[in-house]
Formats: sequence, structure tokens, C-alpha cells
Amino acid sequence: MPSAQDMLFKTLADPTRRAIFERLCREGEQTVGALTARAGVSQPAVSKHLGVLKQAGLVRDRQEGRQTHYSAQLGALALLIDWTSQMTGFWQKRFDKLEDLLKRMDQ
Amino acid sequence: MIAAATETRSAVVEREFPHPPEKLWRALTQPHLIEEWLMKNDFKPVVGHSFNLRGDWGGVLDCKVLEVEPHKTLSYTWDFKHEDVAFNLKSVVTFTLTPTSAGTHLRVEQAGFRPDQKQAYGGAHAGWKQFFTKLDQVLARPD
Repeated sequence: MPSAQDMLFKTLADPTRRAIFERLCREGEQTVGALTARAGVSQPAVSKHLGVLKQAGLVRDRQEGRQTHYSAQLGALALLIDWTSQMTGFWQKRFDKLEDLLKRMDQ
Repeated sequence: MIAAATETRSAVVEREFPHPPEKLWRALTQPHLIEEWLMKNDFKPVVGHSFNLRGDWGGVLDCKVLEVEPHKTLSYTWDFKHEDVAFNLKSVVTFTLTPTSAGTHLRVEQAGFRPDQKQAYGGAHAGWKQFFTKLDQVLARPD
């Protein structure tokens, strides 16, 4: 069974798909139409790429009226990053909350 | 490529708080206070006590108290089991409190390893560059 990492690598190996994912990372949520306008490929092709990205957990879709909006799921890349840097960020945020709590405990 | 599969690493965060160690100790050891800054829990400051930390995201951490030295040191295991082994983590979290003129210096160290963490992905701050350096290898593998 291919690992989750293999799936991420394979999904992002396609340059068009990677360009779509990078745009979602940089510019935030977008519709298929907006992505197609600058992707240089047809809308069905963009939709297909988005489907593959979604399956890999790299994008999420949200229906609004007749439009589907796609956004990047950066958490999916977390397993490619050393866990210690993830946990360092985690503890820094928790220390912020601890600081707030300690202030409240004075009252 | 999996040579460093069980290599221990650690994350350290330190901060000085303008509050006495006794007060920080309460925030670190009383369940209703722990919940306010960390996670829901059934913690007890008793060596050997097993408990869970439950995250908002639905994840559950398996923990066991290793060391309790009031107002100074608190240590417990912090294990995360995930169906995808790439997310598994076995670690120990240690809080060290040191009184200072302005309050308390708090240090947290989390030491451990991901049983299946591969060296290629384990290098600090793996980014896009490293990501694509390894692409060829992965693509060359049979399905």
C-alpha cells in the first residue's frame, strides 16, 4: 500500500496540478471558473485535477449556490515536515493561551 | 532511506511568565485549568496515573504521568496512535519551572520519535525544495 507521503508526491508531481495547488495556497479560496481562466487548460481538466487534489486531502471544496469553491488544505503537507517544528508551533500557541489563563486567575 | 526511523528528536519552547511557580503549577496540574489552555483531560498529579488528552480536532493522546515534583517538574508520556503510521508519535513531555526575579521561567521539552518517520522527511524544516528532490525516487517505485 502506498504511504500517504507517496500519494502527496504523486499528486503534486503533475506541473499543472501543482500550479493549481500553489495558486490556492497563495491566493486563497477560488472557484473552478477563476482557476480555469489562468490554468491554460479546459475547465473539465481543471475539475479533474481538483478531484485528484481533493482525494489526496490537499484541497477542500465548498458548495455555494451553483459554484464550487476550492481551498488549499495546508495541514495535508504536515507529514512532510519534521514533527518537532509542528510541536514547537503548537507549544508556542498553547503558551499564549496559558498566559491568558494566568491573567484571568488573578481576578 | 529509513535508517533514522527511530531517531529521537525534541521540540523545546521556553517563556517567562510574570507569575509565581505555585500559580503556574496549578495551571499545569488542575484538570479544569489544563483544559483552558491545553486540552480536555482526566489528569491527576500522581506518578503512574494514565490519562487522555482530547483535542478539539477529535484526536486522543495516550498519556502517563512519569514525574511530579511540585512547583518544579512535571513529566508525562504523550503518545499518539493514528491509523496512518506516518502520524504516529511516541514522546515524553517535560515541564520545568524555575523561579526568577520577575516570576517563573517555564520550559517545555517534548522528546520522542515517529516510529515510521523516514529520514528524507524527517530533516528539519523540510520544504518544497526537499519535497521535489525526492520526487524521482518515489515516482520510480512500483505501485
